[in-house]
Amino acid sequence: MPDAAAGRDRPESLLEMRKLRIEATVYPPGEDPKNITLVHDVSLTLKRGRVLGLIGESGAGKSTIGLASMGYGRGGVRITGGEVVLNGRDILRAGSSTTRKLRGREVCYVAQSAAAAFNPAHRLMDQVVEAALLHGVAGRAEAERRAVALFRKLSLPDPENIGRRFPHQVSGGQLQRVMTAMALCPEPDLIVFDEPTTALDVTTQIDVLAAIKEAIRDTRVAALYITHDLAVVAQVSDEIMVLRHGRLVEWGGTRQIIKEPRQEYTNALVSVHEISHDEQQPGGTPFLSVKNVTASYGGGLVKVLKDVSVDIFPGQTLAVVGESGSGKSTLARAITGLLPPEKGSVTFGGRKLGNRLSDRSKDDLRQLQMIYQMADVAMNPRQPVATIIGRPLEFYFGLKGAERDRRVAELLEKIEMGKGFADRYPAELSGGQKQRVCIARALAAQPRLIICDEVTSALDPLVANGILKLLLDLQKEEGVAYLFITHDLATVKSIADSIAVMYRGEVVRYGQKSKVLSPPFDAYTDLLLSSVPEMEIGWLEKAIGGRRMASAGN
Amino acid sequence: MLDIRRIPLGALLGLIFTALFLIAAVFAPWIAPYGLGEIVGNVWEPGSASFWLGTDNLGRDLLSRMIYGARTTIFIAVVATALSFTLGAVLGFTAAVAGGWFDTLMSRLVDLLMSIPTLIFGLVVLSVLPTTIVTLILVMGILDSTRVYRLSRAVAVDINVMDFVEAAKLRGEGRAWIIFREILPNALSPLVSELGLRFIYAVLFLSALSFLGLGVQPPAADWGGMVKENKDGIVFGIPAALIPAAAIAALAISVNLVADWILNRTTDLKGGRGNA
Repeated sequence: MPDAAAGRDRPESLLEMRKLRIEATVYPPGEDPKNITLVHDVSLTLKRGRVLGLIGESGAGKSTIGLASMGYGRGGVRITGGEVVLNGRDILRAGSSTTRKLRGREVCYVAQSAAAAFNPAHRLMDQVVEAALLHGVAGRAEAERRAVALFRKLSLPDPENIGRRFPHQVSGGQLQRVMTAMALCPEPDLIVFDEPTTALDVTTQIDVLAAIKEAIRDTRVAALYITHDLAVVAQVSDEIMVLRHGRLVEWGGTRQIIKEPRQEYTNALVSVHEISHDEQQPGGTPFLSVKNVTASYGGGLVKVLKDVSVDIFPGQTLAVVGESGSGKSTLARAITGLLPPEKGSVTFGGRKLGNRLSDRSKDDLRQLQMIYQMADVAMNPRQPVATIIGRPLEFYFGLKGAERDRRVAELLEKIEMGKGFADRYPAELSGGQKQRVCIARALAAQPRLIICDEVTSALDPLVANGILKLLLDLQKEEGVAYLFITHDLATVKSIADSIAVMYRGEVVRYGQKSKVLSPPFDAYTDLLLSSVPEMEIGWLEKAIGGRRMASAGN
Repeated sequence: MLDIRRIPLGALLGLIFTALFLIAAVFAPWIAPYGLGEIVGNVWEPGSASFWLGTDNLGRDLLSRMIYGARTTIFIAVVATALSFTLGAVLGFTAAVAGGWFDTLMSRLVDLLMSIPTLIFGLVVLSVLPTTIVTLILVMGILDSTRVYRLSRAVAVDINVMDFVEAAKLRGEGRAWIIFREILPNALSPLVSELGLRFIYAVLFLSALSFLGLGVQPPAADWGGMVKENKDGIVFGIPAALIPAAAIAALAISVNLVADWILNRTTDLKGGRGNA
């Protein structure tokens, strides 16, 4: 790699933040606007070619600190104190022409959602070389040659020609790698990776992770790697910094943080997935059976479910696992009647359920409730919590007035939220609280089955953990069964009684949890299991080396 | 919960002027210094202490006719707009939620109506039917509802695919709940902004019809008709025709200032608390 920064004076440390303070103005309900501090005097040092992982829950200030490294405050956020020294100069006091010169030249940014960060109207190549051309780092031909070399290094398919495609013509995992190529193209000194693999399937994540790691190693670029997944960050970084509420919790070498965490909070993060749940035997008869269901979109053109059969037992949890596009959510849609199956049937309590939503009785509808992945859009933003939870009570049981309010309060209690939340609007709730309200709405109907469609995948690990615990507690109290759709095997391990592994519309492995999760595995289950990041240094190389098949979403 | 000091200046001005127009309209018989058809002076007298705005082409007091005119103009425009929004929004939402043949039928029907220029269509219908206030309102309301239909259908189609609407359908909710409780509150912002605009279009349309002699019939006063009655005066430098025209403009601006402000408030997802 030619040393582009040879002419610059090169101090030992590339980036140094001293007592960085970042503030923003918020508008809390019922109060006057006030200033809050997002980042409290955080200091960090990053040497050339090193990777520092920033980890914490949402609101910990990870992204804010990451963006501050290029002197940027997102959405009204103000950097009010401290210094950010990059390549020997304080960029906060340097003025806009300097920041303009360093962004995309010395520091590049890889966003969480590549799909949202690319301009859909331009070809990939034009966007990848843009920064290099703009800063005069290279001519167009040279920049494109570099880009192709980077595509190859990041193991993108057809590196010569992929640049001619538009963003929607490549998969999510590929797009994320193209974005990494874009960041590497102007040969910066530092790249800020902002949750680059969070939105991807586990099987795709491992490829992207390996590509990023290799690219960092070969180009000797320094990186800030922001994520909430400690297992992921353990694979790529030299050091880890744990943040919480904008304060530094712990900062140390990767091995020390994951093996010997000194702070209680770090310890909680490290041991987050350990929920104990004893597997229940499938006792008696299943109350809901899906028999040989085949379903498709576009009038039979795209078959998304092929001959799927599963059983759900009272008060137990069936987990459906697989990567995006494997038909997990379609199975839920077929069961609920949103997508009438072409062949096969859904039997509930010995009766065949109507294929269509309109063929089902109100009581059948009540028995099957659903919780969605994005709690944000699953609740009407114009209805207060009391209406959201109260409506099923009113609709199914005819509860009105004080009686309804009492029951709403009870349900709020059940989901570990107080009465005070009844008149809040969804926009006034945090992500975890929103999901809890959705759970309460489903519970209000007193159903026998709740379908949980990726309910924790949009949440931070600690919050997700709380939701899973709540779901398990509620199962014990109410005897409700869950159909749990997820791509996260750690979740499955902690709550399932039986598991169905789906791959391209088919159930490839199905049975009790202990059986499904014990060898011998089929190739796909093996891939899924081996792709779940483990909190262990060197896991990535081992996992990539031991794979029997490539992932489909790649 | 509404703090007057927090209303922005533009909205405050809009509110004051809209209120003035409304008060004039509602209390016309008590406010107007002279009767509606009373001839009280010479033709086109200039403004004086007894006739603040002067007199019109027949020697009637212009201010009194302006006040009575506000009553007719605003009443017809309000009722016609209300009709067009009720009709357009309900049908538009239903088409979006129901889909299928109902959607196709309604949409093509609306396309058909819209393909005929509104004014010409109105002229034809009004020259056949007797010109009463009821027919005027019906014609204006129905013609305008086509625009509202298209807007509400477009907005509702987007909302209809959201998870919370799916959740309501899974619950087994009827169409009425989905339309009025799930979709309507979320479609309110574009509808309110359209409401201000549509109201003004109704005023202008009514004025145009009256100007052409097919709207409000004399001796009743409305602003468009008054422009027509006094238009010949412009040649002689008499401003009598410009005053109702200016009133139409002032009403247009003030109503839209209020609509924009309401729009800002309805887009707030925190129930109007916090950052108003």
